[in-house]
Amino acid sequence: MITRLEDKELKRQSRRQLLKLAPVAALGVFAFPKVRDRLVAAGVRFSDWASGALFRSQHPAQTFSDSEVVPFEKFPYNGYDVLDPEVDFEKWTLTVEGDVQHPGEYTLAQIKALPKLNQNTRHVCVEGWDVVGAFGGTPISNFLTLVGANTGARFLEVECADDYYESIDMASALHPQSLLCYEMYGQPLDRGHGAPLRLQMPTKLGYKQAKYLDTIRVTNVLKPGKSGYWEDQGYSWFGGL
Amino acid sequence: MENEEEKKQPAPPPDRAAAAESEAIQPAAKAEDPASLVRAAYEHPLPIRITHWVNAISLFVLVASGLRIFRAFPSFGPKIPEKVLLDIPKSLTLGGWLGGALQWHFTFMWLFAVSGVVYVVYQIVSGHYRTMLFTPRDIPGVWPMARHYFFFGSKPPATGQYNPLQKLAYTSTILFGALALLTGIVLYKPAQFSWLAFLFGGFHLTRVWHFAAMCGFLAFIPGHLIMVVLHGWANFYSMLSGWKREPEYQE
Repeated sequence: MITRLEDKELKRQSRRQLLKLAPVAALGVFAFPKVRDRLVAAGVRFSDWASGALFRSQHPAQTFSDSEVVPFEKFPYNGYDVLDPEVDFEKWTLTVEGDVQHPGEYTLAQIKALPKLNQNTRHVCVEGWDVVGAFGGTPISNFLTLVGANTGARFLEVECADDYYESIDMASALHPQSLLCYEMYGQPLDRGHGAPLRLQMPTKLGYKQAKYLDTIRVTNVLKPGKSGYWEDQGYSWFGGL
Repeated sequence: MENEEEKKQPAPPPDRAAAAESEAIQPAAKAEDPASLVRAAYEHPLPIRITHWVNAISLFVLVASGLRIFRAFPSFGPKIPEKVLLDIPKSLTLGGWLGGALQWHFTFMWLFAVSGVVYVVYQIVSGHYRTMLFTPRDIPGVWPMARHYFFFGSKPPATGQYNPLQKLAYTSTILFGALALLTGIVLYKPAQFSWLAFLFGGFHLTRVWHFAAMCGFLAFIPGHLIMVVLHGWANFYSMLSGWKREPEYQE
């Protein structure tokens, strides 16, 4: 749509319209490292908040038939440090702390006595790769009932024999597919995959699936600066799929 | 003959926003001697300009941080054995490490999504999309324009704000954007949006589509920038001020 106007008027209109675009220049703050680091950290926190709001506590992650599971040798061993923190299986117990009625030490036998769930689900790494594996264990919710946990609390914190640590939101912990996993491919968990006990949650990224579990704590307040090994360095805390 | 052709073409419906803007300045202009007046068109309403620049910045950040994320597992195959598909130089990436790149990506994905949705909704509601949407009527005009750009063919007469090749390019970017956004949602939340993941052939394949959407943008951007440089300041300035001085087309 062509208009004819005086040169002066065109320049005036153009300047006026140009000024209206000025707010976009606010994005220039991302050029300043200090501000930028705080902004992108805030971006991740906002994304985590949205992820929590989007999370459907009963919606199952996809499960697969046995033929779709990758062979055991093709399920990667992934660890942040050592693949064998030399857990003494004979003496191993799971320490339960925090907002629970029955804190204390729990044996693997007690955990194995809870109803078992076998599932073939996708393990998704934050790096981008994914594998379908076969996992066995008991839903975390069963164990929380056993220890009399206050499931109205906000978080589950875990500590591991290799000094890894993690925390997850209660809704994800209570998801029916979230396991305390002690078996893979029908065999007892091997040392590289986190024996004797690990988390296995098909609604979370791999780095949330802590291995070599040592301690579980039910809490409303995360230890400051200790929300998770990778999270404390900048990964998304929710890490949900 | 040429005139007859032109008459057959229905006049493009006026863009409401542009009309409103230009009405405001008509009275002052009418009083003047037509010879001293400048031909101009208010081509890019403010929402288009804002979303264009927010998108341009977001795309730059998302591509650069996305390439850094891709470096963490530069393959579309299995993890074992891992075959490196592309070794992307660190200098082309943003974020420093996977976690840093993800922070950029998770921040600017919102800007990209919001500005993309605002852009599309505005185009539809304002009717402004008629200036840029590629339709079957534009098909015959694509080849003459491509011949002009790439093989020094004669320049077809300008009939509107954008020529058919431009419409094709701009319309494609909307599709790339939609693909990037939808596949991004699947990669971010494959379990919550399992139906969408299913639509794209599952999580694993969706990574390929997400990458392909980026390739679409990477194919578009250099050509777009070259054209901007070739067409000079008045054209570039129009995406800042909205006003195009002495446009090539009539009406």
